Amino acid sequence: MAIKWRFHFIAMNTKPKGDSLTMEFFGKYLSYILAGISVGGQYALIAIGYTMVYGILRLINFAHGDIFMCAGLMMIYAVTAMPLYLAAPLVIVITVLLGFVIERVAYKPLRTAPRMSIMISAIGVSYLLQNLAFYITGGLAKTYPSIPWISDKIQIGTAITKRVTVVTPILTVALVVALVLLIKHTKIGMAMRAVSKDFETSQLMGIKINSVISATFIVGSFLAAVGSILYFTNYTGVTPTIGAMPGLKAFVAAVFGGIGSIPGAVVGAFIIGICENIIKSLGGTWTNFSDAFTFVLLIVILMAKPTGLFGEKQTDKV
Amino acid sequence: MKESRKNLISILLIAGLFLLLFIMEQTMSPTHMIFTVLKKGAIYALVAVSMNLLNGFTGLFSLGQAGFMLIGAYTYAILTIPTGSKDVVYRYYDCIVNFSLPEAASSVFGEAAGTMVGVILALICAGIAAGFFAWLVGLPVLRLKSDYLAIATLGFAEIIRAVFQWDGLGPVTNGSNLLKHFPTFSSTLFPFAVSAICICIIVLLINSSFGRAFKAIREDEIAAEAMGINLARHKMMAFVTSSFFAGVGGALLAMFQTTVAASQFKAAMTYEILLIVVIGGIGSVTGSVISSFLFIACSEWWLRFLDESKYNILGLDILRGGFRKVVFSVIIMIMVLFYRRGIMGTREFSLDFFTRRMKRKRAAAGKGGRGNA
Repeated sequence: MAIKWRFHFIAMNTKPKGDSLTMEFFGKYLSYILAGISVGGQYALIAIGYTMVYGILRLINFAHGDIFMCAGLMMIYAVTAMPLYLAAPLVIVITVLLGFVIERVAYKPLRTAPRMSIMISAIGVSYLLQNLAFYITGGLAKTYPSIPWISDKIQIGTAITKRVTVVTPILTVALVVALVLLIKHTKIGMAMRAVSKDFETSQLMGIKINSVISATFIVGSFLAAVGSILYFTNYTGVTPTIGAMPGLKAFVAAVFGGIGSIPGAVVGAFIIGICENIIKSLGGTWTNFSDAFTFVLLIVILMAKPTGLFGEKQTDKV
Repeated sequence: MKESRKNLISILLIAGLFLLLFIMEQTMSPTHMIFTVLKKGAIYALVAVSMNLLNGFTGLFSLGQAGFMLIGAYTYAILTIPTGSKDVVYRYYDCIVNFSLPEAASSVFGEAAGTMVGVILALICAGIAAGFFAWLVGLPVLRLKSDYLAIATLGFAEIIRAVFQWDGLGPVTNGSNLLKHFPTFSSTLFPFAVSAICICIIVLLINSSFGRAFKAIREDEIAAEAMGINLARHKMMAFVTSSFFAGVGGALLAMFQTTVAASQFKAAMTYEILLIVVIGGIGSVTGSVISSFLFIACSEWWLRFLDESKYNILGLDILRGGFRKVVFSVIIMIMVLFYRRGIMGTREFSLDFFTRRMKRKRAAAGKGGRGNA
């Protein structure tokens, strides 16, 4: 955000006619800002999966980015066998199942183990999913099918873009609102909040920990699957390692917003998405740094406010 | 067993190992897979032990290893590319590093010895460069705790990778192009010797009072501080030392591969090393060494047959490119889930380990005998 404003400022300063220049600025960078908002929404959908799992298990789920990749890959194979209106729900269901099974097989047996073990297990799962994807695809980039309505070209102001650019933020916000309602007003949501506050006490209070954790993974995987449909409409090449970078950025977004906080993750994801695209718009050598900038942002926020924008302050008791 | 006798036996064993390697090199075909495994295994052993120093002994969960290896690899390559080859390597830039350490040393010590001295100097420089960057990174980052430290170091590794690929640094780092033509090694003895020396230094550090302070920090930071251990200083020391040896490891890796590109030092490389450390046992030096050889042998050599499509099971085309990696990752998952403490746990593989075992067995046999009588 900061950079956007700085540019705005420079544009205002160098030439006197502010108003028309603002228009010019937006005309020039509109497509990048739109792309930023769109990719920000997609990161947000992935980031929620990270932040919810971290909130409950204190686990950086390194495999989450690869679940996202798997959803993309499954879609490619699904559309060759069936029409799209069947393929899309099926892919979402299978992705949710995948998330559920991974939790049961790889994380549940380690519930009493030190936190390091479970994180290593997550890295192992990520390694397995990537290698499996490599084996199935033969390592070649597969092209994501174009989904009719959302990949149509539309014009906004001076920028021509795909409809997904507009759909993503709306859908993201709608899903987040639904999720927040779920967490605030349902029984399972209340259980999730309780577990994330205090794992052991909530167990003593009769909350079925395992079903709550499974529900968390189901929600996270569902959102990652939706995110993958939106993301790969814009970036159509799916390779076995494609999940790593969006996954990492989404995690950074979650940390940025304060890990464990859903609104924080969403805000963080939008900020990262927009900043990244503005840096890309500068062109030339700057494009190299669009990925690195995300991490610079991360380090700055960790230095200034170690628990993120909306994170709760934790105190260590001796 | 007496201390002096134990040391003598250890030295003899190490000498025997080097002799065995030498004989193998003389008698076997140099392209045999085992040499690739041994070379790469030795390099990974060094990097894994350096990571273990940080994650296992000091309890700082850092994921920046690939970044420091990258710095080491680049420093080594930049300092040792012969001046004659600079134009070929730096095709798109004017190289501003217009000297080469081996050549400079050759003019002093003569051709053969000079190259060796130059290479070793460059290796040390690689370590120092990585250590210096670690110091810079450590200043802000080491204040963070557990997961936040992990993600911040991971972030720094990614930033380092982006900076080294930047066009603006092209005259030094050759942008995103390969660095090549620097001196490499052909004998397996070289990486073994360098790794062995470095690992020995790390072991000496771990067994010193600094090492005990590291372990105290791992067990309980607050208690350690209360005992008078300077947290910031010891954490920084562990971080810089670990990165120094990661840098040397990176330089060795560059020599092994004969080319360097920044794009290969991704987070995936750090994860691989972390898996090696965990499989070997967090907090066990010998565990890391053993597991790195096993890891490399499995991924590069023993499972190789799974990639060949000549064996068909049930008429299905299961065995093809990539199946090896799938089987390998399943093995890793099984290790992680069922052998949580790794091969060695926190124990060390040593002569004492053997003699104690033997004594226990003898004692058990004695007891059994008496029981029967």
